[in-house]
Amino acid sequence: MTSAPPHREIAVVAFAQTGHRRTSDELSEVEMLMPVLHEVLDRTGLKTADIDFTCSGSSDYLAGRAFSFTLALDGVGAWPPISESHVEMDGAWALYEAWTKLLTGDADTALVYSYGKSSPGPVRDVLTRQLDPYYVAPLWPDSVALAALQAQALIDAGDTDEPALAAVAARNRESAAANPHAQLRGAVPQGDYLVRPLRTGDCPPIGDGAAAVILAAGDRARELCARPAWIRGIDHRTEAHGLGVRDLTDSPSTRLAAERAGAFERPVDTAELHAPFTTQEIVLRKALRLGDDVTVNPSGGALAANPIMAAGLIRVGEAAARIHRGDSDRALAHATSGPCLQQNLVAVLEGEAR
Amino acid sequence: MSKEPVAVVGIGQTKHVAARRDVSIAGLVREAARRALDDAGLSWADVDAVVIGKAPDFFEGVMMPELYLADALGAVGKPMLRVHTAGSVGGSTALVAANLVAARVHGTVLTLAFEKQSESNAMWGLSLPIPFQQPLLAGAGGFFAPHIRAYMRRSGAPETIGALVAYKDRRNALKNPYAHLHEHDITLEKVMASPMLWDPVRYSETCPSSDGACAMILTDRTGAARAPRPPAWMLGGAMRSEPTLFAGKDFVSPRAGRDCAADVYRQAGITDPRREIDGAEIYVPFSWYEPMWLENLGFADEGEGWKLTEAGVTELDGDLPVNMSGGVLSTNPIGASGMIRFAEAALQVRGQAGEHQVEGARRVLGHAYGGGSQFFSMWLVGDRPPDS
Repeated sequence: MTSAPPHREIAVVAFAQTGHRRTSDELSEVEMLMPVLHEVLDRTGLKTADIDFTCSGSSDYLAGRAFSFTLALDGVGAWPPISESHVEMDGAWALYEAWTKLLTGDADTALVYSYGKSSPGPVRDVLTRQLDPYYVAPLWPDSVALAALQAQALIDAGDTDEPALAAVAARNRESAAANPHAQLRGAVPQGDYLVRPLRTGDCPPIGDGAAAVILAAGDRARELCARPAWIRGIDHRTEAHGLGVRDLTDSPSTRLAAERAGAFERPVDTAELHAPFTTQEIVLRKALRLGDDVTVNPSGGALAANPIMAAGLIRVGEAAARIHRGDSDRALAHATSGPCLQQNLVAVLEGEAR
Repeated sequence: MSKEPVAVVGIGQTKHVAARRDVSIAGLVREAARRALDDAGLSWADVDAVVIGKAPDFFEGVMMPELYLADALGAVGKPMLRVHTAGSVGGSTALVAANLVAARVHGTVLTLAFEKQSESNAMWGLSLPIPFQQPLLAGAGGFFAPHIRAYMRRSGAPETIGALVAYKDRRNALKNPYAHLHEHDITLEKVMASPMLWDPVRYSETCPSSDGACAMILTDRTGAARAPRPPAWMLGGAMRSEPTLFAGKDFVSPRAGRDCAADVYRQAGITDPRREIDGAEIYVPFSWYEPMWLENLGFADEGEGWKLTEAGVTELDGDLPVNMSGGVLSTNPIGASGMIRFAEAALQVRGQAGEHQVEGARRVLGHAYGGGSQFFSMWLVGDRPPDS
């Protein structure tokens, strides 16, 4: 149980991301990341040496080599030495680690970044290596096939149907028309079946990208940003790995994380959901009790750009950027990891009253 | 604002061996976690969050294994974080877990690190070639040997120092039931007669490849008050990183290591580490790193570390015992090795280290490093809470 509520005010004060693309053969991961790091620092006027704590998220399996994150650190410029850490997870969890570091009072500012290139290898096959290595991974069930199981379970339960899924896809991708960073912009046909009942339009594009945010505490946040996106709560929860023991039509971990993050205390006006498949938006909307009055994925979400390891952090960044711009007063950001929404993170962000 | 004091109330390790063919990865980690819970007198339900670490996923061939391990570690319905900071990861993982308690986000956290090296081949896991970069085909020894030679030249240390360290650590391991290598017939002569692998590093001066896991239960003041055995208190903890390669890098005594130690000592109010610290579990995968890190950590002046080793100061009955458990030289499940250092430091100040206990140890340092001597994580634990 929590001993006492966290009591230090911490905010997202800047966000930057790449233009996400189907391939980036000409760029190394570090080259892809560098402009984003410069951009996010420029937004606050901070330099690397001004940052108290740095945390990143990435995956060796996407990079195809061990210790891939060490090269990115060289790009950050860790001299003189910096206080730094890394999670082998989506950058949203790196943000969580940085948030706890700021809560301890040991740091007032943090740089969080993440990146992933899905283009070099067959990403559907690569993701099978996340599964139980003895009983499941040897069968190579790919990520789209697993999502299709979840989709079929939802349809069988009467929670959705194919026209409703097509509408989810259309809405997200039309929203992406206004997002210069999105990989797929504007209306996109729902397409042929990829793995029944999922069509290409129900699935995320495969792409490369990077993102970065800066966190700051208290008055430091007010100095660095005209309207900081205060993190009112953030929590993440995992579920069992075996799909056979889970109700795929529900996301209890998302609901619990949202509850612990305080999402249900007052309504949100915006939600950025990390739902790479249309069906997963249906599951998440229910778990998060999002009504039709909530603007969901104004960025186009993961259906418009899904750079693995960065897509979750981008949801937090997009939600924060809307608060920075004054387009939102209270926003929810969600990130997921693992097959069929196994692990979920929810953050609630607020701007000060205007 | 004040931080919540962090206490170590449970420690569990597996018996480290070359290959645990009797258990899966899940079975291995659960064994360590169960032992830590038993030590703390707690059940799975008492754990609020799980923080897990290991070195590259390629070592076992499982991408983001925290997903698959959620069930085995009782994490379902809980937060679970996966840390990866190269060889320092075991230490960093413990520090990330400690921050959850210090920040008062959670009251009781299970932290665990593991490596099951027998599931694959670590040499190949480190040798995936990428364009325009030299693959690390010679293993870690090939990378570190030149820096050891630089240390020898700079400090004028006699050639025998490395063998003395190995002989000491392997004898200490005989007193640690969890250590991988139990070489009952070890002699200094045998160490010095072992084959040269990467000049000046001999076979007996290198770490083994182990399967193993280490777990700790970290908790707040309230949790510590309920603990059945004496807690170890975290008095200071820090991480520092610097780039892998650049012209100004000092591989013999990296600045990130010095800065990290200085931060830990500042937090703990230590001004003279040599006198105020009663022992150290230092990440020494190749024997020569003992004298090198003694200097980097401020226990000896530059060029003087080897003199402590030669004088027997770092022996189990010496004035500053180092690697009482037998160290990385005797046990190396890579991703867990850092956490084992941290856990062994805590065992010492709890008075629970058994045959390798340092009498009256009150403040002990746990140290880990990784990458090309670029990532450092350390903590100092004591037998009393901070500010008491």
